[in-house]
Amino acid sequence: MSKTLSIDGQEIPFEDGQTIMQAAAANVYIPHLCHHPEFTPHGSCKLCTVKVNGRNCSACTFPAAEGQEVLNNTTDINADRKKITQMLFVEGNHFCPSCEKTGNCQLQAVAYHLNMLDNHFPLFYPQRELDASHPDVLIDHNRCIFCTLCVRASQEQDGKDVFALSGRGITKHLIVNAPSGKLKDSALVADDRAAHICPTGAILIKRTGYTIPIGQRLYDHHDISDVSLATAETQHDQ
Amino acid sequence: MTSKIRIATTSLAGCFGCHMSFLDIDERMLNLAELVEFDRSPLTDIEHCGSCDIGLIEGGVCNSENVHVLREFRKNCKILVAVGACAINGGLPAMRNFIPLEECLAESYLHGIGVEHPQIPNDIELPLLLNKVHPIHEVVKIDYFLPGCPPSADVFWKFLTDLLEGREPSLPYELVHYD
Repeated sequence: MSKTLSIDGQEIPFEDGQTIMQAAAANVYIPHLCHHPEFTPHGSCKLCTVKVNGRNCSACTFPAAEGQEVLNNTTDINADRKKITQMLFVEGNHFCPSCEKTGNCQLQAVAYHLNMLDNHFPLFYPQRELDASHPDVLIDHNRCIFCTLCVRASQEQDGKDVFALSGRGITKHLIVNAPSGKLKDSALVADDRAAHICPTGAILIKRTGYTIPIGQRLYDHHDISDVSLATAETQHDQ
Repeated sequence: MTSKIRIATTSLAGCFGCHMSFLDIDERMLNLAELVEFDRSPLTDIEHCGSCDIGLIEGGVCNSENVHVLREFRKNCKILVAVGACAINGGLPAMRNFIPLEECLAESYLHGIGVEHPQIPNDIELPLLLNKVHPIHEVVKIDYFLPGCPPSADVFWKFLTDLLEGREPSLPYELVHYD
């Protein structure tokens, strides 16, 4: 008999050592941005906040346990998630019509999933830099949400240490491991996982942005919940 | 005979693309015209907004006139709607927010390529520019938001028919786009 927990009343089997997010993966969509199944959890974006036995927890870091009662897809929790997403939008500069990633962007897709129609908060319009120095990869810091997926991908899969976060609060920013601080002087190459892992349009591969026209992209027609569950199922089958 | 629903529309710091998209409802405009009539709008040339049921605002707020027009709409419209990316987050005009206003003006009117007789426009008739471009929800209360650059004709149609038929407006997944 495998152990089970319940998410919104649905019995979900899990194995010891799994997080709630891992247990849910192919069964229940829990919104997330900084979580990626291949990398060590970071627990920073808080979109995967669920109620576990009445308390708020990050599903991507919280260990699954026998008999847990988890609330996920509720009106209240999704309202909080929408507010978190709105804060991510106003704290950066996310102008979708002029972004190459539009339609394939997970930040945008989560906002679509939550039916986010406005920003609610005043916009910060922070001053952020653009690093176009690398011949094949571009960083637009305006769109960085500090999920650290590039940091983790560089360390854990590429065996490099190209990215890190620096500073706190509104001055928090992604830094590049190079004497000049420029991407062109770092160890990053276009084939690196870190160059392809960004959920937003902050790290882009140059000259590929419009290969697929706007309107025909992944989240233009598919809710990220369906995409996420289908991806998890494929990985499970392999 | 019951009176028709009155709609006012305007473009602040926008490109009129949202208005063009609204007109893309094509022959459905005839159905709409049976139910509504237009007050102040680029479609009517009425200069000031009277008492209205619905106000559609395209564009963000970039100068003093935008603020006055927006407040006039809020005062006169029962339901005020932010239409399109620029009204919702400043959009393309807000790209100037990262450049000091003085530098923007200097680039456009003094040092730009092809500028003749360089001078910063300064006439009492010209509305003063705000230091930054703002989304309209930072200035007045907004009741509904229609995202998109522009929102598609179907977004306008779905939203207005929901309202006219007494339903709480809602947009299905396929109609929600920020681009």
